[in-house]
Amino acid sequence: MGEPATKEVLSLDELEAVSGLRTGRKHILSILVENKPGVLTRIAGLFARRGFNIDTLAVGPTDDERLSRITLTLDGALHPIDQVTKQLHKLVNVLKIRDLEPRETLARELAMFKVSADGASRAEVMQLCEIFRGKVVDVTKRSLVIELTGTCEKVDAFEQLVRPFGLIEMARTGEIAIARGRSET
Amino acid sequence: MRAVDALMECLKAEGVDVVFGLPGGANLPTYDAFYDAGIRHILVRHEAGGGHAAEGYAKATGKVGVALATSGPGATNLITPICDAMMDSVPVVFITGQVRTELLGTDGFQEADMIGISMPIVKHSFMIQDPLEIPRSIHEAFHLARTGRPGPVVVDIPQDLSRADIPYEPVSDVRLPGYQPTTEGNQKQIRIAAKALANARRPIIYAGGGVVASGAAAELTELATCDRFPVTCTVMGLGGFPGTHEQWLGMLGMHGTRAANYAMDEADLICAIGARFDDRVTGKLSEFAPRAKFIHIDIDPAEISKNVPAHIPIVGDAKNILPRLTAEYRALGADPGRLEEWWSRIRVWQERHPLRYEDSTDSEIKPQFMIQALYEATGGEAIVSSDVGQHQMWAAQYYNFPRPRRWINSGGLGTMGFGLPAAMGAKVGCPDQTVVCIAGDGSVQMNMQELATCSQEGIAIKVFIMNNGYLGMVRQWQELFWDKRYSQVDMGQWPDFVKLAEAYGATGLRLDDKHTLVSDMKEALATDGPVLVDVRVTREENTYPMIPAGQPARNMVG
Repeated sequence: MGEPATKEVLSLDELEAVSGLRTGRKHILSILVENKPGVLTRIAGLFARRGFNIDTLAVGPTDDERLSRITLTLDGALHPIDQVTKQLHKLVNVLKIRDLEPRETLARELAMFKVSADGASRAEVMQLCEIFRGKVVDVTKRSLVIELTGTCEKVDAFEQLVRPFGLIEMARTGEIAIARGRSET
Repeated sequence: MRAVDALMECLKAEGVDVVFGLPGGANLPTYDAFYDAGIRHILVRHEAGGGHAAEGYAKATGKVGVALATSGPGATNLITPICDAMMDSVPVVFITGQVRTELLGTDGFQEADMIGISMPIVKHSFMIQDPLEIPRSIHEAFHLARTGRPGPVVVDIPQDLSRADIPYEPVSDVRLPGYQPTTEGNQKQIRIAAKALANARRPIIYAGGGVVASGAAAELTELATCDRFPVTCTVMGLGGFPGTHEQWLGMLGMHGTRAANYAMDEADLICAIGARFDDRVTGKLSEFAPRAKFIHIDIDPAEISKNVPAHIPIVGDAKNILPRLTAEYRALGADPGRLEEWWSRIRVWQERHPLRYEDSTDSEIKPQFMIQALYEATGGEAIVSSDVGQHQMWAAQYYNFPRPRRWINSGGLGTMGFGLPAAMGAKVGCPDQTVVCIAGDGSVQMNMQELATCSQEGIAIKVFIMNNGYLGMVRQWQELFWDKRYSQVDMGQWPDFVKLAEAYGATGLRLDDKHTLVSDMKEALATDGPVLVDVRVTREENTYPMIPAGQPARNMVG
């Protein structure tokens, strides 16, 4: 019963509320779930009815076929993240949730851009593509399809740059993430 | 063995002695198994009645209730009881039939996506996809319903899978890696909470339905009386602390006592136990208990800091935590004298603002008097279920519940039509107890049909209808906040409840004289079988005191 570090006298004025705070930054939640039907619906439904907005969502298999990993990003300025994770934990099919620490996390998404590129602008677009280490995966006389991976900020930046050339279409996967180093995500 | 026979074995292994249900096409195999399973089945007249009966059974006994329905409309009729059980954390397993697997997704006859429809309002649900899953899913459903924060679990079984042959072996364990409720409570947090209590000069214990669900009523009294902590309960927590105790302030919230609400408003430390800071308790959230720090004890971590940020959160089972908190508090040797000033302030509120009403000068029965008469007629010892509305609030105010599991009402969802079937379920679970239902003339008509079930099964509930011919609570709001524009609240004189009771094979009585009310009620209670009593009360009486919606506690009126 002997816990150290609790003060003998405790004034009520010293007490501070411990949670329910908004952090104001983007959060990446990595959620390990059982690979069963309806799990994604349960998670999406939870977000919808509690009024939590999902910025991006990516689902895929893991090294264990019984499990799937859902990576979702949401804005900590809009939601108390601890309330989001506590509600998620109540779902029986959710096994583990990590609110990934940005500095200790590698996050990437895949994006594909269809850009109009005829004659003059083509070289310029391809140059931008090279700077961003993108890959041209389809070419026609009037357009290019570029494949790009990176953090969502990098993809955003590329989008800003190619938009003036005529962005015909864009598709993004949303970020997936993994913890740096040896430790498990 | 057929999967449905395995299902019966599982129910028996879970200790199920009664289920409430109604058969249909998709659960015919299950009903064939019931034919000689040796489990009592009560044939209800509407699936919602069955669902609420299972809730009433669970609330009165503390055991898991079971309700069955067929696919499609049978299943959707269970939605209200499921949602009700979710809001009030009631352990019930709902087993629904589903169309054959080959018809799934084809809009087949009586097909409804029960798993999809019920998803937002269940603790968990199982869609059976292989008959081999049935035994394990049933046991997991019971485990989920009963442990942690209790709640409803749905098991949806397609017709063809339920009649398949499976090798049955008893399941002795459940495997739910994603479900590990915390019950213990952190000792360090408990110690900090004890110190905070010892330093508080204006503390109050605010207890909710979690105390009842946890079976921690005795432990709560122990904590409250280890010093002289004032106690208030939510409408769900009534009976969690004796309603006649000298430290009892009465219920808090919208129709709570002034003493309880003012004490919350002025408290410097609020110890919330198994309560969730519902809007009917807090009133205007930004002005709720402005001077208070909060200890929040709850088994559901998501409740902590959901509405009101907690200063000392303790996640766990109240039954486990409260004795340790009491022990830690005792060890501190706090000075009880420091609470004198607080108590004298509370006593002033209690003396100035007791629950009161103006009694009639003739034989007219005031609704509040009706509850007091029922309290007297039952010696305060009945299990009381209620519907939703004015009568519910008066029952909560005037029937001083001495013990937990005596007050069975729909607090969170506020389901009209809950009371009668819930009383039926409670009586089935506690056949030796007096079970009464306090109903409104509006509410009672929403699940009236279960009186036939009571007559057929000999379930001797005593229903007392507080009949004012109105949807009374709505009328009250229209009077107070909508300029007395009474829109669609007059229920007239229909039906004739006495004749209706007789048609259902029950005894019907009409009472309208306050002078003989107690003895008339005693007579009704002593009558065999189900009894429906039409008590005529003052037509336009308001439930007071009241915190107008969206306002702070100190703005109480009436």
